[in-house]
Amino acid sequence: MALKHETPLLDELEKGAFPSFVKEIKRAAETAENPDFAQDLLGQLELSYKEKVTHWKHGGIVGVRGYGAGVIGRYSDVPDRFPGVAHFHTIRVNMPAGFFYTTEALKTICDIWDKYGSGLTNMHGSTGDIILLGTKTENLEAAFAHLSSRGWDLGGSGSAVRTPSCCVGPARCEWACYDTLEATYQTTMRFQDELHRPMFPYKFKFKFAGCPVDCIASIARADMSVIGTWKGNIQINQDEVRNYASSGLDIQKEVVDLCPTECMTWDGNELKINDEDCNRCMHCLARMPKALKPGQERGATILLGSKAPIVTGALMSWVIVPFMKMEPPYEEFFELVERIWEFWDEHGKNRERIGELIERMGFPVFLREVGLEPHPAMVKEPRRDPFYFWTEEDIEK
Amino acid sequence: MAEELPERQTDIGPPHYNKFLPPVIKDNYGKWAYHEELGPGLMVHVSETGAKVWTVRVASPRLLSTASIRDICEIADKHCGGYVRWTTRNNIEFMVDDESKVEPLMNELKDKGYMIGGIGRRISNVVHTQGWVHCHSAATDASGLVKAVMDELHEYFHSKELPNKVRLAVACCVNMCGAVHCSDIAMVGVHKTPPRIEHDKVKNLCEIPSTVASCPTSAISPDPAKKSVKIKLEKCMYCGNCYSVCPAMPIADPKNDGVAIVVGGKVSNLRKPPMFSKLAVPWLPNNPPRWPEVVDAIKRILDAYIAGARKYERVGEWIERIGWEKFFKVTGLEFKLQHIDDFTFARETWRMQATFKWTD
Repeated sequence: MALKHETPLLDELEKGAFPSFVKEIKRAAETAENPDFAQDLLGQLELSYKEKVTHWKHGGIVGVRGYGAGVIGRYSDVPDRFPGVAHFHTIRVNMPAGFFYTTEALKTICDIWDKYGSGLTNMHGSTGDIILLGTKTENLEAAFAHLSSRGWDLGGSGSAVRTPSCCVGPARCEWACYDTLEATYQTTMRFQDELHRPMFPYKFKFKFAGCPVDCIASIARADMSVIGTWKGNIQINQDEVRNYASSGLDIQKEVVDLCPTECMTWDGNELKINDEDCNRCMHCLARMPKALKPGQERGATILLGSKAPIVTGALMSWVIVPFMKMEPPYEEFFELVERIWEFWDEHGKNRERIGELIERMGFPVFLREVGLEPHPAMVKEPRRDPFYFWTEEDIEK
Repeated sequence: MAEELPERQTDIGPPHYNKFLPPVIKDNYGKWAYHEELGPGLMVHVSETGAKVWTVRVASPRLLSTASIRDICEIADKHCGGYVRWTTRNNIEFMVDDESKVEPLMNELKDKGYMIGGIGRRISNVVHTQGWVHCHSAATDASGLVKAVMDELHEYFHSKELPNKVRLAVACCVNMCGAVHCSDIAMVGVHKTPPRIEHDKVKNLCEIPSTVASCPTSAISPDPAKKSVKIKLEKCMYCGNCYSVCPAMPIADPKNDGVAIVVGGKVSNLRKPPMFSKLAVPWLPNNPPRWPEVVDAIKRILDAYIAGARKYERVGEWIERIGWEKFFKVTGLEFKLQHIDDFTFARETWRMQATFKWTD
């Protein structure tokens, strides 16, 4: 099908070496079953490029029956000029943990989306969902019936649990200190109601990282960041250390000298690690994956609270549980989550993330109410001021 | 006649990942012993059982048509037993379980124009948001910025090495749906002017208490006479949070919306703890389709990093070592009043020491 709109500005972005999103939209405009979406998306996007402003209106509540989440309503503010995108709603489909697919499953999703949507997707959205980009209100139920009858459910949106996601974990990584895929799957299943039916003050994101390299960016992007870690000694294969040395790795300079805790020595023959001083940063393991492995007692550090700068500044998650075994059936973990949500429900204001709430109320109040023991791993340093609180039990009467 | 629909199901959750794991992954799940990087877009993981899986990584624009997904499937069907995966940064990964299958796979990917790379001390795919393609609050486009920047930097994806990996990200507004606040070099769409109040619409579209409460600087208060709200303009820092709550307070301003560049963030714990990104350039114009001012500034920062960083230093580690005052000197970026923090964490960022480098 010929293109409906002239797009001289967008055409510029078909050139150049890196893969082009404009080519993708044009491909859908030329070949999709419902080409009007992509055709008019090109027209409207060209207008945005010309005028330097978005032409999407503020959301709008649309969804599928029984769910309050999973569909993002989107309407054009110039529907008369671009009727194909008058409605251009997004469906978030909960991706499989680890982002592995069979081509058969992918093709099924493509078939459904060709029939009921624009034929455009994001693989994947920022949180991890499969994003089906652009359809009309009247197509939502049909798309959902086809997706769900083939085993696909929607992801989270709004003030709900957002679709949990994880790194590649034990599926293809030697550093995974717990099973991030299973933890993601079980957490998603446990909190289906909280995911589909927004009932919180604001969004709540889980991300599961297998080790402190944090390939899922959990410490920056999840309200609850579960980061794999270990206790005990890093496992060393001295022969392999020597092999790295003989194949050109300068172990003193590139490994030992960069250790943040200065807990290693190398005499040209043997690598020694004082594990008591190691903080498990992963640099040495990353340089010599064949020679060094995490210790054998494995689990995760639980951190809480990260978010982007809206509204009072960006937060990274901080430690609330130094070490937890992350093993099925994950009851200890789920119980902790539920206690945290109770605290949030009790005190949280509208659109207040858990991290902001704890900042407002105080970390000690949070620990007391949620029932977590203070631990030096929770802080970088103790407070600088003398303005702390005592409770009734601390006072002699 | 209405179409007959299959029976819908709810609360079934995602399919179990186990259904989608290639046999070599399933058989060696949790048994991986080590991996080696064999090239810019090729690595091998070796299991304790001796089994190996080779992974070829390619770039993606993230926005994919179903036609392109079918192309990807065709390659995966031909070479990878019908399995494929995506990374957390939207790269596509093709996996094979035998060394003999690597070359034919890579040849086909090259022949079909896929960009192989993104592994190791390089630039991987850029995490980004929707921008003008799909977002109502976008102050800039995201896909276009990514394309413009990566067309300049693509060599660092598919061939050239850097001191360490450099994670790029784009967020089209300060909501930062991408991981902009903890990326090595990132772009974020920003406003420079306060929202405009459409008084006639406020009463129908907005809840006044939640609109007032949405403002982080308490610039918004009720205006009972107009059944609307008013803004103390000097208090507004243009975050747009009110617009998220109240559609009658549009903040987009084509002449003044633009792009800020933040640098030095990371999420990994390697060597130094995770770091927040900090402001390098407060504002550059939205100049689609190629954003030359933004691309130029990004290149300047990257070139200075390449010239100055030690092996394995991430951008933030390099800047911490040389000092931010030196960063502005070596990049030639102008230090402005806007660089000095006056928000939540401001006090922590002022220099409470007499030691610094002369850069004049």
